[in-house]
Amino acid sequence: MTVVFDGIASGLLLFLISVGLSVTLGLMNFVNLAHGAFAMLGGYICVVLLNRFGVPFLAALPVVALVSALVGVVLERTLYRRLYGASHLDQVLFSIGLVFMSISTANYFFGAQQQPLQLPPMLSGQFNLPGLDIGVYRLFLIVLGLAIAFALQWMIAGTRFGAQLRASVDNPRAARGLGIDVDRVFVLTFALGSALAGLGGALGVEMLGLDPEFPVKYIVYFLIVVAVGGSGNIKGSLIASLIIGICDVAGKYYVPQIGAFVIYAVMVAMLIFRPQGLFGRTAAK
Amino acid sequence: MASVKLDLAPLRQAAAWHWAEYAFWLMPVLAYFAFGENLSLLSQIAIAALFCLSLDLILGYAGIVSLGHAAFFGLGAYAAGLLAKYGWGDPLLGLAGAAAFAAAAGFVTSFLVLRGSDLTRLMVTLGVAMMLFEAANKLTDFTGGVDGLQGVEVKPVLGMFGFDLYGKTAYWYSLAVLFVMFWLARRLVHSPFGLSLRGIRQNVGRMPAIGAPVNGRLVVIYTIGAAYAGVAGGLLTQTTQFVSLDVLSFSRSAELLLILVLGGTGRLYGALIGSMVFMAAHHFLSDINPQYWQFWLGAALVVIVLFARDGIMGLLGKLPVPGRKPS
Amino acid sequence: MRHLKKSITLAAIALAASLTAQAADPIKIGLVLPMTGPFAAYGKQIEHGVKLYLATQGDTFGGRKVELIVKDDSPGTAGDVSKRLAQELVIKDKVDILAGFGLTPSAFAVAPVATEAKKPMVVMNAATSAVTTKSNYIVRTSMTLPQNSAPIASWAAKNKIKKVFTLVADYGPGHDAEGQFKKTFTAAGGEIVGEVRAPVKNPDFAPFLQKIKDTKPDAVFIFLPPGAETIAFMKGFTERGLTAAGIRLISTGDLPDEDILDAIGDAALGLVTAFHYSEAHKSPENKAYTEAYYKAYPKDRPNFMSVGGYDGMHLIAEVLKKTGGNADADKFIEAARGMKWNSPRGPISIDPATRDIVQNIYIRKVEKVGGKLQNVEFDHVADFKDPGKQ
Repeated sequence: MTVVFDGIASGLLLFLISVGLSVTLGLMNFVNLAHGAFAMLGGYICVVLLNRFGVPFLAALPVVALVSALVGVVLERTLYRRLYGASHLDQVLFSIGLVFMSISTANYFFGAQQQPLQLPPMLSGQFNLPGLDIGVYRLFLIVLGLAIAFALQWMIAGTRFGAQLRASVDNPRAARGLGIDVDRVFVLTFALGSALAGLGGALGVEMLGLDPEFPVKYIVYFLIVVAVGGSGNIKGSLIASLIIGICDVAGKYYVPQIGAFVIYAVMVAMLIFRPQGLFGRTAAK
Repeated sequence: MASVKLDLAPLRQAAAWHWAEYAFWLMPVLAYFAFGENLSLLSQIAIAALFCLSLDLILGYAGIVSLGHAAFFGLGAYAAGLLAKYGWGDPLLGLAGAAAFAAAAGFVTSFLVLRGSDLTRLMVTLGVAMMLFEAANKLTDFTGGVDGLQGVEVKPVLGMFGFDLYGKTAYWYSLAVLFVMFWLARRLVHSPFGLSLRGIRQNVGRMPAIGAPVNGRLVVIYTIGAAYAGVAGGLLTQTTQFVSLDVLSFSRSAELLLILVLGGTGRLYGALIGSMVFMAAHHFLSDINPQYWQFWLGAALVVIVLFARDGIMGLLGKLPVPGRKPS
Repeated sequence: MRHLKKSITLAAIALAASLTAQAADPIKIGLVLPMTGPFAAYGKQIEHGVKLYLATQGDTFGGRKVELIVKDDSPGTAGDVSKRLAQELVIKDKVDILAGFGLTPSAFAVAPVATEAKKPMVVMNAATSAVTTKSNYIVRTSMTLPQNSAPIASWAAKNKIKKVFTLVADYGPGHDAEGQFKKTFTAAGGEIVGEVRAPVKNPDFAPFLQKIKDTKPDAVFIFLPPGAETIAFMKGFTERGLTAAGIRLISTGDLPDEDILDAIGDAALGLVTAFHYSEAHKSPENKAYTEAYYKAYPKDRPNFMSVGGYDGMHLIAEVLKKTGGNADADKFIEAARGMKWNSPRGPISIDPATRDIVQNIYIRKVEKVGGKLQNVEFDHVADFKDPGKQ
């Protein structure tokens, strides 16, 4: 039982650190490999707030999201905006350039070592039910992850803004013709993606650590979640994260010899089975 | 059948060597004299160029995006390394072994990348490469794991030219292999087969209609691309007489893609120029500032994308150079 | 500082006048280190140690002023990159001595260059046992992995730890640590009740921790790459109540090294390790060293890698003093063999037979000293040679 719980928690952690990319890559169709850089930014902001200014962890999280969003807006206005029409490969080149710059910058300000983060007592530890050990922080991740997933799903599928966004991505010209302020929609969405990335980074520090290599180290995980989930689909990302998380944890528990292969094998198998992702929009190109 | 007369003149014209290409290939010869103290860097640029060429064949010409091309590079590197370790130290034999081994792996995995969107292909290739990486990491008795493969003893090239500290043999050897492989690739992309690949990239749906088997062509080019990468890996092993696990790493695949996009895809020369520019910039910047050179490299990439789409070749193509064909 | 420099320059001029022209040339030392990438922290610390030595002990060795050339061989695990840089240092920069080497593949790949170019090669970190056997011109001032995994096994066996679960990262160094620990521990009568090799890149240790909890050993021996993985493991270990269940944690001392100890936080308390250097080591040499370190690098903490770099420079300085500034590889190595000195880590020497380091291995426990986490030494094995070569 505990294995399943850990798997779910592991999956939601994957979801939380990747959901920002689901928004920028999936919804906006921008190959933003610098997603990890935003996550790292969130992590560092969180660490600085906690260690230098003594802000409580829970209070720091909204600040992290807000600052990341602001940075996202600035970068979107100055740089990203120019590349919406560019090919995917140019976007790759551009965002990797940003990643390189972010690594050096983090190294310059914080040094190459791992950053300390101490969770508040109320979020650490574990409580035990018969046959099931529940880590408090893991439970917190699960609840938060699910809440974010549902909120996003609702926003995209159920609100006017979501409809505008989908219209703007699928056909910007027609969307403009309908009076949608496409520019504004994109800025807001990018800000949302950055905020989620920053938040994911801050939440991930406890389990993933934080050093300047963060954007590169976990890029593979971000991409796996988005690819398996199918681009442009929050529900898909969530389910993909859960499947991968559970398979990964169970694989390592029962057959540790092949533990390292599980995550990739699951991904390849799922992509061969469903090349467009679990819930991919078939028209997505 | 003899009654059908095709006018192949435009094809032949495109396949003819341009004067700028002769000039281009003079550069490495001049570089030998100009940068005689940097020969090991120059040979690694040549190897990177060959590796990049292999990706250009599948990405630039057939449109298959790969983020796991280091798989074949690494297989070639290990194949050449293991051959040399167990007594078959002849370099050319080693390269043949590397090519064959990588091609076999390329052929088998090519069936995984026939379907799917760019993102799917990206992730499938990445997954395959990562699994190979993990396998090589685990099999320490066989590959040396993360510590690297020891005891790679390569015999002199053609039995005459031994590998020296100054890297002279390594340079001429890598350059010669690069040139031959480039020449073959150039013939390939200008052949009807190469044209059909471009057709597939531009419009998959119509190709079967003109009688071109899409899947078959993709399998063939993917296998050839893998073989090229294998040769590049084998070259790296032979010129450094060492194989590190890093040859299979994700960062090598990612950097490769970066170099190719930087140079410009689908042009062959883009792969070469991209490698030259990227490796030289990397070397130059990290020499000036060993700790923070990445920042400047990243800034350069961002600026290049903002001002020059389609890589350096795209930029060059826009220059009014007499006779340069936008191919 | 300025005074020091001035007097050094004067001394150098005086010496230069009395020595041959060759000895008056600067001595060029090429440092091959991972300065960026996943192991950037290694390069940074070693460079700190090297520069600290020059700043505190003078930068003129045997009458020749030191000129440092640093090359970034990031990622540090790519032999081809390291080898290329070493070749360039030898051919283009004409260095007299190769030094640095954060990781084993880098040292392995460069060894033939040292042999062929006849340059002394001072290994300041790379810890696989076999490194020194790859060239007769290699001398090591850091440590070897078995040198630390054997003593912790002996200590455990002597201290009522009967059943041990081993968890190592699934890669070469992990396998080596596991092998040495098992060998020593079972020879001393201990029992291995479970063993796991975890993937190197592993963001979540939950499944392994659960397995350990279900096995209920006396102690867990771990070896993981220092960094995010170690932190995640230690935090998980406490979170899951394994400490509370009375399971002890033992490892080699590179895991809770000073550079990441703060990032692990209180979860590290009680961890027992065997290692050759601790910031908390009590000796006048170490006191001077740590004080100078904090003055020069207030943002970082001195750790074993910085001491490896520091001692590497000390070795070079002493050898050149002995040879009168002659850095010829054969003479250099001859002079280095059997050399003994008091390092910040304690008394150390170079094994005349293997050119590898012989040093005290301390048994330490993580405790809070003045509000700061430290590895406090409480026992030691004196003059311990690398068991990996026996």
